Amino acid sequence: MPTVSVARDRLFAALGRSYTQEEFEELCFNFGIELDDVTTEKAIILKERHLEDDNSSLDDEVIYKIEVPANRYDLLCLEGLAQALCIFNGHEKIPRYTVANISKESMLKMQVKKETSLIRPFVVCAVLRGIAFDEARYNSFIDLQDKLHQNICRKRTLVAIGTHDLDTLQGPFTYEALPPPEINFVPLKQVKHFRADELMEFYKSDLKLKKFLHIIEKSKVFPVIYDRNRTVLSLPPIINGAHSAITLKTKNVFIECTATDLTKAKIVLNTMVTTFSAYCERKFEVEPVEVISFDGNSSVYPDLSEYNMEVPLSYITGSIGVPLEVDEVTSLLNRMQVHAEQAGLGGNNINVSVPPTRSDILHPCDVMEDVAIAYGYNNIPKRKLSSLKPLPLNQLSDLIRYEIAMNGFAEVLTWILCSKKENFEMLNRKDDKTTAVVIGNPRSSDFEVVRTSLMPGMLKTVGHNKDHPKPIKIFEVGDVVLLDEKKDVGASNRRLLAALYCGANSGFEVLNNFDIPDPCTFLELDIENFL
Amino acid sequence: MLTDEGKKYAAEGSPEVQLFLAVPPEGFIAKDELQKKLDPSVFKIGCSQAGKNKWVDMGKQVSRKVQHVEDKVKDLLVRIQDGQTIDKDDINSLKARKLIVAQTWKGYSVRKGPNYASKRKKVATDLTRENLQRGDWKELEFKEYNFNAKGPLADAGHLHPLLKVKQQLKNIFLQMGFEEMPTNNFVESSFWNFDALFQPQQHPARDSHDTFFLEAPSTTRQLPEDYVELVKRVHESGGYGSRGYMYDWKREEANKNLLRTHTTAVSTRMLYALAKQPFAPKRYFSIDRVFRNESVDRTHLAEFHQIEGLVCDRGLTLGDLIGVLNDFFSRLGMSKLRFKPAYNPYTEPSMEIFSYHEGLKKWVEIGNSGMFRPEMLLPMGFPEDVRVIAWGLSLERPTMILYGIDNIRDLFGHKVDLSLIKRNPICRLGID
Repeated sequence: MPTVSVARDRLFAALGRSYTQEEFEELCFNFGIELDDVTTEKAIILKERHLEDDNSSLDDEVIYKIEVPANRYDLLCLEGLAQALCIFNGHEKIPRYTVANISKESMLKMQVKKETSLIRPFVVCAVLRGIAFDEARYNSFIDLQDKLHQNICRKRTLVAIGTHDLDTLQGPFTYEALPPPEINFVPLKQVKHFRADELMEFYKSDLKLKKFLHIIEKSKVFPVIYDRNRTVLSLPPIINGAHSAITLKTKNVFIECTATDLTKAKIVLNTMVTTFSAYCERKFEVEPVEVISFDGNSSVYPDLSEYNMEVPLSYITGSIGVPLEVDEVTSLLNRMQVHAEQAGLGGNNINVSVPPTRSDILHPCDVMEDVAIAYGYNNIPKRKLSSLKPLPLNQLSDLIRYEIAMNGFAEVLTWILCSKKENFEMLNRKDDKTTAVVIGNPRSSDFEVVRTSLMPGMLKTVGHNKDHPKPIKIFEVGDVVLLDEKKDVGASNRRLLAALYCGANSGFEVLNNFDIPDPCTFLELDIENFL
Repeated sequence: MLTDEGKKYAAEGSPEVQLFLAVPPEGFIAKDELQKKLDPSVFKIGCSQAGKNKWVDMGKQVSRKVQHVEDKVKDLLVRIQDGQTIDKDDINSLKARKLIVAQTWKGYSVRKGPNYASKRKKVATDLTRENLQRGDWKELEFKEYNFNAKGPLADAGHLHPLLKVKQQLKNIFLQMGFEEMPTNNFVESSFWNFDALFQPQQHPARDSHDTFFLEAPSTTRQLPEDYVELVKRVHESGGYGSRGYMYDWKREEANKNLLRTHTTAVSTRMLYALAKQPFAPKRYFSIDRVFRNESVDRTHLAEFHQIEGLVCDRGLTLGDLIGVLNDFFSRLGMSKLRFKPAYNPYTEPSMEIFSYHEGLKKWVEIGNSGMFRPEMLLPMGFPEDVRVIAWGLSLERPTMILYGIDNIRDLFGHKVDLSLIKRNPICRLGID
């Protein structure tokens, strides 16, 4: 999941209010992002430089690190986040992004040469006119390119972004692919000229750029963009030219995205221009560029058209499980940066227009999810599916039985009915007539009472197994019955566990009555107490 | 008892009396002369005590202030020597002058106890067969049981803690009406693990740093071709109401074999098979091993167990998903749940599940869930109104929380301490 670092106070200013950390975390939770970490600008710089705190004058600005979903490229910078949250809170309306209405002849042109198909076939471009940068906006502009490169661009392999000061250049532009020695320019941050092959060598020791060399280094031709004066704008995906570098004073920006995947190039271009056109003189308006292919076909970029879907209301309410009217749904969608309105009259359909900022929306199910998020997942009433519950006592009994058996005890299953003598006298226990259930019509003394202990059965078992190899280890988990005034019938079952050990030696006293010649240890527990 | 100093005064008299006697009854004596007359220590103490008692007038010339004095101190000391008792205040003042010292005497009084016998008997520690046969068990006296001492560890069999938890979870699923899926196949193709789930081919999870790709067998030998064609189309150009990802889908990517990264791959195969039958609702679950090519640390391993449950039926809603999650997790003792919007390539909507941990006093993530995307279900051939809700979590995490283990390698693997396995109590999840 990508993480975006934003200056907290700048973010709150953009949101129009301040939050406590708990309030902000709650907002993030409901929207679907996460405040991953809170740190300071100072701490970040010190960490990068591997320094200890030196009480220097470094900025102590609080930085929020926010985790955003991997498919939301519009949330990869402060501007995008702030706009999404403002709209979610109902403070702002969704911007309508437009392409400047200029004639095709007056559009800047980008001519694509055939050789580019050998290495990096696609390019898309756009112009941001009359933009006003300050330091924070400029940093944000650079950071967004970085984030896009890391994510959707798959480390520049699929798409690479180049941004240029348009006033230092003259169109028309060409996108070519040439043998490396033929490309010669002053790259960003350098003062002398380099040939492209020299540059590859040079950057082998550059920590940041060496990771991208592999994308083109084995190719016979390198991609390169020129203006009409053969000024190099960039050597994609490696580095831009120093000549057209953007500064805080730049007023007009030319953006080019070269790519091996056209769909992603368009999404990347759209993300850049929709975000930063907010700072243009004509807010949210982007100037188009015509890209002319070597076969004569041309396209105009950026493509800011909205994606339209007609979604039945029943699909939305039927998938979420909440009864909603059309107008409720449309206002919920508007909070999620999706234009929505009722389709036709008395309709049960909703016309949905997805702006270029929501490239993640592919299918009505994405729209349905947005309705659910705006409604609040935790407001959706739960509907229970049929299911069964176990009997705790029986489950526990079985778990205990397995454990005892694993300890080397054999399970026995003995009669619940026994004689009075076996239940009391032979166990040295007194019958005070308050414990045992007595049978009124027993056929023999064997059926006189219902056992009040597991002991008689266990001892009788040992008595009948005198020749069994010693030690004898047996157990039983079973019910006894005791008189119980609290029960309607006057008696209740009690689940007991009893274990018995009989061998050449051991502790507990035994009764000769059961004809057992060897000592036994006996243990009896009421397992209902464990519940 | 008397200190040495005390003994001296008992014999000779206290220094203040000695001094007093050295001063003439009438008239004066010079202090220096007085000093010469007496022992230096006697003089010093005598001066201060006599002065305190106001027996003499201390100055350059010393004279008696009173006629006659009693040597109380000597008297007390002598009485103590004789063993008589004296007043507490007197004791304290003598003690202060270090003339007496307290001495402790310990006294015991002894009487006959209940077990008193003229002859000592040996106590029996056990009852043996011989005792019974000889009949001497009747006279034997037994040593008391020490119920605080643990006996020797029994040589018994033990089941693994993680698998005990798995068994309980399995019971919970069965009671909720879920059927177990066959998961005994670790090797999977990218197609069933990713593509059939509508996970795009240039997704981070498919990178080698998250997935174990295989050298042998490196590619899958067989895929259902008709279905592959439908999956390719929905990735590339959408359909079924979707605009798709609009990229070039590559068969070679889908053919790559791997060790499954989630048991959802099995769920996908089961759903594909289910879609071929006339529709009948189903609930499936599985708890089995998955493999992730991630760095190993205290809470992460390269292999772990995933718990997965899914319900397939017509007209299921998010409300049903929330309901089944509440049912499932409340049986694990987690009844306070909250849901957060999340993202999975194959579910929409997706929800992360949080539970309130009473001990840590905060909300903790316990699982992930969602409704499978139509782009995944419709190419399989399900009717449009069939929905699948599903959720998953790891087996290790709740087990570690349950048993208070903070390093996963202490629980799972060969570095586990065997006594941990032997000591582990029964798992009561889902019972109470």
